[in-house]
Amino acid sequence: MTKVADNVNPNVYEKESEREITSADHNEEITDDFDEREIFDLIRNINDPEHPLTLEELRVVEEKNISVDNKKNEVLVHFTPTIPHCSMATLIGLSIRVQLLRALPSRFKVTVEVSEGTHVSEHAVNKQLADKERVAAALENNNLVQIINQCVAAGA
Amino acid sequence: MGRLELLQTLTGHKGIVWNVSWHPQGKVFASCGEDKIIKLWSKEGQDWTMKTVLVDGHQRTIREVAWSPCGNFLASASFDATTAIWDKKSGQFECNATLEGHENEVKSVAWSPSGQLLATCGRDKSVWVWEVAGDDEYECEAVLNAHNQDVKKVAWHPSLDILASASYDNTVKMYKEDSLDNDWSCVATLQSHESTVWSLAFDKTGERLATCSDDRTVKIWKEYKPGNPEGVIVDDKESVWKCVCTLSGYHTRCVYDIAWCPKSGLLATACGDDIIRIFKEADDSDPNAPTFELVSTQLNAHSQDVNCVTWNPMGNEELLSCSDDGEIKIWKYSE
Repeated sequence: MTKVADNVNPNVYEKESEREITSADHNEEITDDFDEREIFDLIRNINDPEHPLTLEELRVVEEKNISVDNKKNEVLVHFTPTIPHCSMATLIGLSIRVQLLRALPSRFKVTVEVSEGTHVSEHAVNKQLADKERVAAALENNNLVQIINQCVAAGA
Repeated sequence: MGRLELLQTLTGHKGIVWNVSWHPQGKVFASCGEDKIIKLWSKEGQDWTMKTVLVDGHQRTIREVAWSPCGNFLASASFDATTAIWDKKSGQFECNATLEGHENEVKSVAWSPSGQLLATCGRDKSVWVWEVAGDDEYECEAVLNAHNQDVKKVAWHPSLDILASASYDNTVKMYKEDSLDNDWSCVATLQSHESTVWSLAFDKTGERLATCSDDRTVKIWKEYKPGNPEGVIVDDKESVWKCVCTLSGYHTRCVYDIAWCPKSGLLATACGDDIIRIFKEADDSDPNAPTFELVSTQLNAHSQDVNCVTWNPMGNEELLSCSDDGEIKIWKYSE
């Protein structure tokens, strides 16, 4: 992309440490429900569309902004654009949604929303991300899917 | 309390099944979805089986299918911006006409009760009215740009050439043709939903409309004609539609579809919480403030979002549903 980034000089934050593997994780007897940390690990390494940085490093996604309800099969992710007029907000939200749709069992209802008060078009972005028909149509657009795949490809 | 009994589960589509549509005689139905294929199903003995597969009509997702009232034509609306018309004149189903004009995804298609008109709508915010002009010929009669967002659904009045559309702009609009100049125009805007209106269904009289929305409610609208006894003010000689009932607190997620059975008057809803719900109007319901009761809740009707519900037109209380989980189910409602 030759376009100048919306936020040329974003703040960059430290990464979290890797998840600690405990003995319970190796114990087949223990039911291992999805938790917030697990969801965070699935999306923290998604690349920002404009910077060679992850969504975690830009604090677009944080573990505290994720909630999981295993009984109701609900996952709710709030993400925080780096600036309130970020034109990439929908694309970032879509990347998070696509990553979770691909990684989680299909029983989960995934909701991805902008953190309250962090974007000028918060309501419009949320409505578009929640419209599964428009998301389905967007995912039939090869150019867009390529861009999303580049974002989602874990930059490990 | 009523209950829904599952008669059969049908698989065969790959990915999301977006829509199912009964043939007017109720012995055949069509299904479509993400796999760009239309399947035709019919009943053999006790079981429904897949009879025909229609392929190569569309390049992208097929969002909706609709039978003409005579049952000889099937229309399919696709994300590829076209609507295809299929018929069996050659002995087997073939696509013999393609309606082009929408800029992008076509979301819905519906035949008028006479079968002479066809409506389509789509993400380009427009509603198109087509006239059947002859053998495999369709002419665009009107392009209606009344909505200011994505148009999700079109449905015709059960006996008149009145068209209704539902949109991402949270409104429903009604259109008809002016008999003087043959121009189609928007004659009513129904405003009350707080988010996308996904679907709508007229009752058998056409004087009431049920709508369902992303705001998790269902609304019932009533037509007040000029000179109505209730004294509702009507300007412009056009009827006014008022929301006379809101069913809220029943659905926990987006309501994607609603079906109003012309025979039994039962309302069925398809919801993003995987549940099919059936509502029945109370016996002592006031026409100007009707009450509807939830008479059946089918938990886990599907394992993912329910996208569509539709009553068998024969009035035998058979209900078809389809889902993101790739399955089609046939249910029988009983009191």
